Amino acid sequence: MQKKLAGRTGIIVATLVIFTYFIFFGSGLPKKGSVKQLLTNSIHLGLDLKGGTHLVLQVHVAEAVAAQTDSDVARLQTDLAKAGVTGAQVAKLDPTKVDIINVANVTSADTSKARGVLNGTSYSSTYDVASVPNGYTLTMKQQSRKEMESTVLQTSIETIRQRVDSLGVAEPVIQQYGLGDNQILIELPGISNADEVHNAIQSTARLEIHEVVGGPAATEAEALQTLGGSLPPDDMVVKGASSVTAAGNSDMFYVLKRVAIVSGTDFRGAQPVRDPNTGQSQTSFNLTSGAGERFYEFTSANVGKGIAVVLENRVRSVASIKSAIHDSGVIEGLSEDEAKNLSLMLRTGSLPASISYLDTLTVGPSLGAASITHGVYAAVAGMLAVMFFMLLYYRGAGINADLALVLNLVILLGFMGLTGSTLTLPGIAGVILTIGMGVDSNVLIFERIREELHLGRTPSAAVQNGFAHAWITIIDTHVTTIVSAAILFLFGTGPVRGFAVTLTFGLLANIFTAVFVSRTIFDAILNRKQRGEALSI
Amino acid sequence: MELFRDINIDWLGKKWYLLAFSLVFSVAGIFSMLFWHKIPYGVDFKGGTQVHVSFDRTPSEDRIRSAFDAAGIKDAKIQAVRGDQAARPEVLISLPEKSDATGFDARAAVLSALQSNYHDGGFKVESSQTIGPTAGEQLRHQALFATLYSLLGMLVYLWFRFELIYGVAAVVAVFHDTLITIGAFSLTNQEITLTVVAAILTLVGYSMNDTIVVFDRIRENLASSRRETLSTVVNRSLNQTLSRTILTSGLTFLTVLSLYLFGGEVLHGFSFALVVGILIGTYSSIAVAAPMLVAYQDWRIAKGKAASLPGGKRA
Repeated sequence: MQKKLAGRTGIIVATLVIFTYFIFFGSGLPKKGSVKQLLTNSIHLGLDLKGGTHLVLQVHVAEAVAAQTDSDVARLQTDLAKAGVTGAQVAKLDPTKVDIINVANVTSADTSKARGVLNGTSYSSTYDVASVPNGYTLTMKQQSRKEMESTVLQTSIETIRQRVDSLGVAEPVIQQYGLGDNQILIELPGISNADEVHNAIQSTARLEIHEVVGGPAATEAEALQTLGGSLPPDDMVVKGASSVTAAGNSDMFYVLKRVAIVSGTDFRGAQPVRDPNTGQSQTSFNLTSGAGERFYEFTSANVGKGIAVVLENRVRSVASIKSAIHDSGVIEGLSEDEAKNLSLMLRTGSLPASISYLDTLTVGPSLGAASITHGVYAAVAGMLAVMFFMLLYYRGAGINADLALVLNLVILLGFMGLTGSTLTLPGIAGVILTIGMGVDSNVLIFERIREELHLGRTPSAAVQNGFAHAWITIIDTHVTTIVSAAILFLFGTGPVRGFAVTLTFGLLANIFTAVFVSRTIFDAILNRKQRGEALSI
Repeated sequence: MELFRDINIDWLGKKWYLLAFSLVFSVAGIFSMLFWHKIPYGVDFKGGTQVHVSFDRTPSEDRIRSAFDAAGIKDAKIQAVRGDQAARPEVLISLPEKSDATGFDARAAVLSALQSNYHDGGFKVESSQTIGPTAGEQLRHQALFATLYSLLGMLVYLWFRFELIYGVAAVVAVFHDTLITIGAFSLTNQEITLTVVAAILTLVGYSMNDTIVVFDRIRENLASSRRETLSTVVNRSLNQTLSRTILTSGLTFLTVLSLYLFGGEVLHGFSFALVVGILIGTYSSIAVAAPMLVAYQDWRIAKGKAASLPGGKRA
């Protein structure tokens, strides 16, 4: 008995030492530093405590799909013409169905030629081709569409990561979020200046250069008038300021070719510069070699026509082509900040689709600090109240429960340090709740022991029976609480997950402290007592 | 010290009073949810913008309101809140959901309205949150399903550990607690946020504890005394475990109360849910769960079936 007791005491002391170490040093080697430094090194503070920004973005992947089908429309039109199919019209007739291309006006004589083009791998690998009277319908394959959407999402995440890195944020979280909803979660600890974040993310917007077909005009109808009143299927109407440099202009309408000449990923490098004559801010850019050839081909064939720089579906500047441009150019009409942002954006590549904010949360550092103070006050007050009550109500056994409670807290915090968990404000609440629930197990055991004593059992038999009976109940109560915490973890995000994790760790540690540790202390006390001496409970 | 010794209360004899008590609170809550304050969803569930602003000096709400009116923002809700920093009074400004557009717009609108039209003293944005309508709706679904799955999980576990009727009785009791807690939020018109849902889910697990303590004792007593009626056994079990039920809940209540009093504004809703929920949860394990076992037995006898004691499997 004596020997067994020594072994168990050894386990408890070792646990205490090891977990105290984890609280201060996590899983690493001992370091020097103040207590506060060590604590925040091993237990990370969540955004809500440290201050920072939490964002959920929606990536509009359908836009990227639409851009792909738009360029396929243009390609198919050329390919059909090359194959000798005359008079065929390729277009997307239903603007709400971005993944369907319609081919019409194919005469029966040309059917086999058209079939030949459509059966080529460049189309049949991405599209399901169906015959309709005098034409075909091409629907993008589910598989291709899925792959494309996931590429778009991954590219967006990479691009945003590069932007955020340029802000110099320590430990940013940028990851896919939700179940297949094309959402991105961004967490930026320490950044509570919303405008700074806004600029960085906003500047990841979509940039393209389009051919201008009509406009500018004051209304959409007027813009269309120049084209004979209706919008051709390969064109689109885009709004923009009439002059970007002048402030307070009302919106003007432009008609642009739907297919961009060059877009986001075609840009290779960019610098903010000043026009040597006017002193205006500009962004000079270089194109990748493939895009450069395309751009040269287009500009040499279209000297005198207009091109528009479209940023996030808005015309930012319009220029006329003075001569063939090979692989570099200048975007005019920007403010100094805009020129700088645009250059940064072009250097790292723009987003393949536009984004919108689903959820934004910023917490200032002083609010976070106040939350910590309040959380610690509440924890200390709650803990003192509980410990005091246990001493008052159970006397000697109260000391036992209080020791178990302290060890429970040490293990919980040590576990958090070891796993590098993030402590959130609800997480602090979880710690406080663990204190309250932690003594519940002790109460169950002590009440049972008292009951056994009233029945006239000896102290050691009462302790034996008390633990044996309460054990079953303790397991049942812990399992139900952990089940609900697990579901909370599965459904929750950020701070709520932190709460679920703390609660579960706390309850698991509690099984050890309230049962194993308390039992050892009781046995140690009983060992010293003379036969028949009463137990203080 | 010992507070509850040799207690002998006829709980089941008072079941009609207890039932009436539960009914009054449930029905009041349901009425408020349907006809009065509805379910006061927080910004995370209904979408919209909330900006926490702290001021150098206590601001007049009217002055803030006129600042917003001047900026053309008519639908802003302005509300002084118990601040986290004693020296800086705080105001919560809420804008209803407008569109799915960039989330910083609303925040910027609030900021510029104050900057250009409010001149009574300095202010600072402490935190801001914008939720789009789709995100809010997703979250509502998730919260509902999480609560239902949680209840289902309890039912299955108790079925496995005891018997089906024990599981049903316990889940009905916990559902009753959840309903009254949400009702309390509706009656007092406090917003239900994501952290409140976290508190409610915790309650689902925790309220179960008292019920299990009672059920464990009923099962133990049924095994040893087969001659007594079920209601005698249930009454005795309730009385025997009364000290446990009250002490465990009381101690957890102490910590939750300190969280409510000292935990600060951000955790206010969270701790309010726990304060209400723990009180109701303790009550319901005595007044709802255990009487349901007896009611089920009576119903079986009335239908002429064998009065199989739901005592059952040994652990």
